[in-house]
Amino acid sequence: MKKWEEIKRDITENQVWKAIFRHGYEDTPRNRVLMVTANVWLHLHPAKVRRHGVRMRFTWCMGGLTFLMFLVTVVTGIYLMFYYRPVAEYAYADMKYLEFDMPFGMLMRNMHRWSAHTMVVFVWLHMFRVFLTGSYKPPREFNWIVGVLLLVLTLLLSFTGYLLPWDQLSIWAVTVGSNMARATPLLGHEGPFADLVGANPIYDARAFLFGGGEIGPHTLLRFYILHCIFIPMVASLLMAIHFWRIRRDSFSGPPL
Amino acid sequence: MAGIAQEKRKSPVVDDKVHTWPHLVRVEFLVGIFVMLVLILWSLLVDAPLEEPANPTRTPNPSKAPWYFLGLQEMLVYFDPWHAGVVLPSLIIVGLMMIPFIDINPKGNGYYTFKERKYEILTFFFGFHVLWVSMIIIGTFFRGPGWNLFWPWQHWDPHKVVALTNVDLPYVLGFRDYFWSSVCGGVVVFGYFVVSLAAFYLWILRVKGKDFLERWGMVRFLITALLFVTMLSLPAKMFLRLAFNVKYVWVTPWFNI
Repeated sequence: MKKWEEIKRDITENQVWKAIFRHGYEDTPRNRVLMVTANVWLHLHPAKVRRHGVRMRFTWCMGGLTFLMFLVTVVTGIYLMFYYRPVAEYAYADMKYLEFDMPFGMLMRNMHRWSAHTMVVFVWLHMFRVFLTGSYKPPREFNWIVGVLLLVLTLLLSFTGYLLPWDQLSIWAVTVGSNMARATPLLGHEGPFADLVGANPIYDARAFLFGGGEIGPHTLLRFYILHCIFIPMVASLLMAIHFWRIRRDSFSGPPL
Repeated sequence: MAGIAQEKRKSPVVDDKVHTWPHLVRVEFLVGIFVMLVLILWSLLVDAPLEEPANPTRTPNPSKAPWYFLGLQEMLVYFDPWHAGVVLPSLIIVGLMMIPFIDINPKGNGYYTFKERKYEILTFFFGFHVLWVSMIIIGTFFRGPGWNLFWPWQHWDPHKVVALTNVDLPYVLGFRDYFWSSVCGGVVVFGYFVVSLAAFYLWILRVKGKDFLERWGMVRFLITALLFVTMLSLPAKMFLRLAFNVKYVWVTPWFNI
């Protein structure tokens, strides 16, 4: 019988293993750097960070946790997409089906909902923390702007998702939330100076958002595509820029 | 061996940096696991709401926006939708983006300090916690049918009678003619901006000094002052409404403020 060490060597010292895993857990400074730079996820971080920038009482972990919440909504959201049809006749029935018949359907829906709410709270706390540590100051001004855009996109993601269950709560919350669009100056039919532009109930800012004069099946499809494809794509792009800039502008701490 | 040699070469360089692996990754990993645990427990215990199917012919009273927009919905009590729902939110977003460019204080970059940036932090605290968050709390817990005020434990009486005694400010001031009321309102609104801009200038001059104002420049001063004064117009209007039942300050054929 082979010894434990020999079995381990047989597994890890062959061409297939080494093609996938470039290095082990050897605790040397070189390997610690490789762990970060040779890993597609971890390379978003610099290989080394300021000692005080690592502490939880400095970062509150809020930026990373916002991203974690985003990943949770992506994973659970894809699961939900398998069982949900964005069609007015089916949407609500699919919600019921998903809650009562699908394996882990209710759990996935709950996780999707609560992580979305948590993401909104975390992104606000993240902004508050970044403000308190003055981390928007030069050279990080641009990243603050990207952050504000991401905050707006987080709210829009949450808002467009709110409509999808197609129940009383969702259509009326979205109705109230987007009624303001019809009061947009110039572009909304109830807003100031609307007649100068010729905005009317079926041709104004809210109709553009809804895909029609009133909330209806067209709105459901529109919000579904915004929620599942358009906004996540834009947000992912901005997140990539956001994380990259954090790394380039030296992670959490006074500039050198 | 290569690693040790590399460390020897680097050791004379003094810095306070630590390796991301394991020092940062460890914290992220543990916090991530903890938050996922809480999230899963929460999701097991509390179900997401699902009400009866959508019915465009049956409007619930009250109809509330998602909670994170209730601050905006609460502002609709004090301003018309074009202002509370479009102009002010746009100014919030633009104003937030402006922060790095109007704050020229080099101190407090990358560490916590209150003393070195007292006014910046107090302004942010006022806008975020006092206005935004408390408006959300009022909208979520203290508003019932007809958007009337209710205590969280109070029964929501849909027939609650609230006297509508609000009048426009020019009326309070004695103007009865439509044209002169409008002129009066315009004078009050423009007067508010002129007077508070001047007050803001004098205040900055007193607490920061002439040197600072020169470094700050006219453009930064004006942007900051306009954003700051606009932010204060919300509590100002709230005060006028709650203390004197003022509906609008300025009534015109096109818009009301």
